Amino acid sequence: MPNLSTKWLKKSPWIYHVGTGGCNNCDIEILDCLTPRFDVERFGIKLVVSPRHADVLLVSGPVSYHIKSRLQEVYRQVPKPCVVACLGACACSMGIFKDAYSVAGPVDKVIKEIDPNAIFVYVPGCPPKPETMIMGLVKALQKI
Amino acid sequence: MDNLFLYVIAFLIFPGFLFTSSFGLIVSWIDRKVSALIQWRVGPPFFQPFYDLLKLWHKELIIPATAKKNGFILAPLLGISSVTLLATILGIINLNPEYQFIGDIIVILYLMIIPPLSIVWGGFTSGNPFGALGASREIKLMMGYELPFILAIVTVFFKVGSISLGEIIQYQHVHGVMLNLPSMIVAFIVSILCLQAKLAQVPFDISEAECEIMEGPFIEYSGPLLAVYKLMQSMLQVVFPWFLISIFWGGTSFQGWGILWAVLKYIFIITLVILIKNTNPRIRIDQAVKFFWGWVTLVALIAMILMFMGY
Repeated sequence: MPNLSTKWLKKSPWIYHVGTGGCNNCDIEILDCLTPRFDVERFGIKLVVSPRHADVLLVSGPVSYHIKSRLQEVYRQVPKPCVVACLGACACSMGIFKDAYSVAGPVDKVIKEIDPNAIFVYVPGCPPKPETMIMGLVKALQKI
Repeated sequence: MDNLFLYVIAFLIFPGFLFTSSFGLIVSWIDRKVSALIQWRVGPPFFQPFYDLLKLWHKELIIPATAKKNGFILAPLLGISSVTLLATILGIINLNPEYQFIGDIIVILYLMIIPPLSIVWGGFTSGNPFGALGASREIKLMMGYELPFILAIVTVFFKVGSISLGEIIQYQHVHGVMLNLPSMIVAFIVSILCLQAKLAQVPFDISEAECEIMEGPFIEYSGPLLAVYKLMQSMLQVVFPWFLISIFWGGTSFQGWGILWAVLKYIFIITLVILIKNTNPRIRIDQAVKFFWGWVTLVALIAMILMFMGY
């Protein structure tokens, strides 16, 4: 972890969303967070389109063998300091895909292969509610 | 020596960097808040643009292996310094219209082209196909809007018979503002449309379309350099409307009620920009160039003909 200030990161976490073989259910719940009912822009949270702009890597889905190297590449492209948020039961612990032949492992294991000091947030649920996601992110940002 | 010191103060603090950047960040908050209210949301807190900038400033700066390093770093700095110079010239002439040099408006028009050019430069040097695509779109859009914009400005030149900003402002002090004339109202509408494209706001944000080419030229920028670009764009939101106010709407005076009146004029223009942004979908690049070279140029020519007929 480079020695950079994380003071302002709490105020404006920009999120880049990576799908790693999930069933698209969590992805739909993420979009719910942007609607008038939840409106995450109140907290300065913004969806960005390039990993270079991101502070939070929002990963949904068990990591399949096919996508493993891509996920690691995306993590390397994100400027540090950054947080990896594992969204949903699959990303946290592989969920119902545990011991499946095509799955490389949960997100934290895959990321720790290239950066042992990475910061993780776990938001369980299938899919997690938008409130749960917001709360998980707030808790994570308090810790760093 | 004293004069030089004053110029440095003007460049760094009052009409220059500090004033324009902080005012621009407040305006970008207004932009986000009004957009949120239109979409029935709450929107970000007041200091959100400042938080964003400070956060970006403390992030890591990554220079991609495929990028041309010098150009990649110099491009945003070139853009922000030219915007600062533009704000300084505009501010000094607005404060004191006697203070001018021959053809200062030509210098201003050239300085207004440099920020889009710096975006183009940054996009091409980033070594990313999406960046190059966004940069080439930016060039085409510039080709599109510059023609009607210059035509609309030249209409004012012919009316006043001068190419110096100070004389245009003084002419308006004596003869009333330009917007009293029907031909100038037409020219003003043309320049509002070009302003929308110059600020890269929604119907014309083709070069940085988030959903199709991922912010185009900015895709490889991270950390401090991205912060410089964001700051440049919010400063442009102050400077370009200010230029239009100086040309068409009698300039701004900083004495007494003049300040309030200046702010109201500015808010009128920026509200128009935000409303156009929130009620229109993005158009394709070929549609944009056709729009500017077709209808908008035609309307600008009509404004010029009206002006020569004396309206």
